[in-house]
Amino acid sequence: MASMKHLLGIEGLNPASVTNLLDLAESYALLNRSGKTQRDSLRGRTLINLFFEDSTRTRTSFELAGRRLGADVVNMSVATSSVTKGETLLDTAATLNAMNCDLLVVRHKSSGAPALLAQKVGASVINAGDGTHEHPTQALLDALTIRRNKGRISGLTVAICGDIAHSRVARSNILLLTMMGNFVRLIGPPTLLPGAIAVNGVEIFHNMEDGLKGADIVMMLRLQKERMTGGLVPSPREFFTYYGLDRKKLACAKPDALVMHPGPMNRGVEIDSEVADDATRSLIKEQVEMGVAVRMAVLETCARSNQ
Amino acid sequence: MNILFRKIKYLDRSAQSLIEGELLVQDGKIADFGPSLGAPEGAEIIEAEGAILCPGLVDMRAAIGEPGYEYRESVSSAAKAAAAGGITTIAVLPETNPVIDDPALVHFLRARGEETGSITLLPYAAATRGLAGKELAEYGLLQQAGAVAFTDGSKPIASSRLMRLALSYASGFGACIVQHPEDAELARGGAATAGPRATWMGLPAIPAAAEAICVARDIRLAELTGGALHFAHITTAEALDLIRRAKEKGLKITCDTAPPYFDLNETAIGDYRTYAKLSPPLRVEADRQAVVAGLKDGTIDAIASDHQPRDADDKRLTFADAEPGGAGLATLLGVTLARVQNGDLPLAQALALLTAKPAAWLGIDAGVLAKGRAADLCLFHPEKSWQVQAGSLPGKAQNTPFDGRALEGVVLGTWKAGRRVYG
Repeated sequence: MASMKHLLGIEGLNPASVTNLLDLAESYALLNRSGKTQRDSLRGRTLINLFFEDSTRTRTSFELAGRRLGADVVNMSVATSSVTKGETLLDTAATLNAMNCDLLVVRHKSSGAPALLAQKVGASVINAGDGTHEHPTQALLDALTIRRNKGRISGLTVAICGDIAHSRVARSNILLLTMMGNFVRLIGPPTLLPGAIAVNGVEIFHNMEDGLKGADIVMMLRLQKERMTGGLVPSPREFFTYYGLDRKKLACAKPDALVMHPGPMNRGVEIDSEVADDATRSLIKEQVEMGVAVRMAVLETCARSNQ
Repeated sequence: MNILFRKIKYLDRSAQSLIEGELLVQDGKIADFGPSLGAPEGAEIIEAEGAILCPGLVDMRAAIGEPGYEYRESVSSAAKAAAAGGITTIAVLPETNPVIDDPALVHFLRARGEETGSITLLPYAAATRGLAGKELAEYGLLQQAGAVAFTDGSKPIASSRLMRLALSYASGFGACIVQHPEDAELARGGAATAGPRATWMGLPAIPAAAEAICVARDIRLAELTGGALHFAHITTAEALDLIRRAKEKGLKITCDTAPPYFDLNETAIGDYRTYAKLSPPLRVEADRQAVVAGLKDGTIDAIASDHQPRDADDKRLTFADAEPGGAGLATLLGVTLARVQNGDLPLAQALALLTAKPAAWLGIDAGVLAKGRAADLCLFHPEKSWQVQAGSLPGKAQNTPFDGRALEGVVLGTWKAGRRVYG
């Protein structure tokens, strides 16, 4: 396994390292299902979950992953309201250094915050979502979920729909999916879809039916409420009419197309409950399950590289 | 004290070429220069083979933290940095606390400059009271106190109505309005220039068009009012085209740029390097090249340091949260000379952009070697090199966007009115 001290983004990984992480994660997924969840590869190691933004599911997922590998897990939630200045970020880094933390899982509202921390701490830094930059473990868990259901993670057509502009999940997924040789379609209104994001292997659509044609995977993104109040889209009902996923629009994709969502969902805004809860089409629950396995693989790989 | 510079090269004003010769300073003034001068008795002799003696640089745009932000830069620390950079005159921005919008504060800054003995400070006064963008400052009284022009510094005068008033009212006093050309609404919250890089880094972006939109509007308002207008730190091809055309039309439009905009492009922000976060932001390579072309063809009237001192607490933040601005005094000459070394600009033209041209714009007796003028001089060796290092720059501010850059052109000495202030 290649050395990987930090995981700051999908950028910087190569196809081999992604495959290695997915293989390791797959083995943990099987162990987790079999009920043999406890391992001790991180015994004596300290993992700190440093969350400057609220996120119950991602934090819990990392916490569970750390505990299953035997690490001591500490959660530090820093309420966003009290963090107006980033000095706090570097002060925190100094504190964490003094505690000899081994693995630092960071979520922050500002793009580049984990990169800044990585320069200042001895611990391995794992980006759990920074601003509108990257969310690499989400892209890895999405890739694992796709690979388990489609048998491969290349040559697929993946449609990513919604608020691309403000989505770190979208950026990490575009990077990973194109790197592994898939075709990515981005779908959304122009105000939420910057043209500059198009790279090789990426196509942009403003009409959802057109964009979904022939898609193997339909990946929906969460639309933050403040995007509506910020005037980027006029109303939830207009957004749902044109960019919300319902049965009718899903019918434009391949008959065996599967639906994903990083959660938490805004039912009736970007996704219809009928689609979200259809066990034959929706992978949303499996994404959560794979999240723990992928994070175990990431934590173990980083810890091994930073001994 | 008399000084005789020997074996130096200097620019002949009319010939616009380098001449080897001597220059004599007597009683703080330039007494004579020529191929060979006799040394008066008791004169200090300075021999500097291979070095160039030029007028002390005239920096037409720098922010200094005094009063109010002395932790970033004080007049005395800025004076040290300026002297080390060969600068003897600085036009300073009014974005202080309190804001320079009162005649007493203009007097204060001029006096603080004189106290240093090494720089002349020429204060800009606020274009709008308190830089609030609501009502005009007292242009007449401020000008009488010694304000050189009127600007809201790093903030654009956003309202079209107010900009029209400012240009119109200032024209009555023959005064110029200096604009930070950026559409305030389009630029709000932005941290980098719009494009693939900002998109992939997840940074809030400012489109290059924000500059052109403001420039287009203000040129039209200058035309409407007959007012004199100067655009600070121009960074884009599109804005330069607009200014070029306005000049052809004969409008009273001038502009400057700063070294980062012709030496660096957006890639300098690299891995969220906050020292390269500037306002306006570093642009794409095509825009950088357009700025070089603008220097060449004379569309750009001057090169300013655009010195914006910031301390570690301003910069050791995530990119979006960090304060924009770069230190520029110590690197103004070296980064400009890099354009000479790579063949973009003749030496005479590069030096004029740092001396005679900004001096003429400011309307001061400086920036040229002429008999009887105060001996504000900069002696530099064009082939000696040094490396820019944040942390060991002269002065207080260390936030250089050129950290690590190797530069040719070492300042050997700086003289203010015949008194050696550096080297």
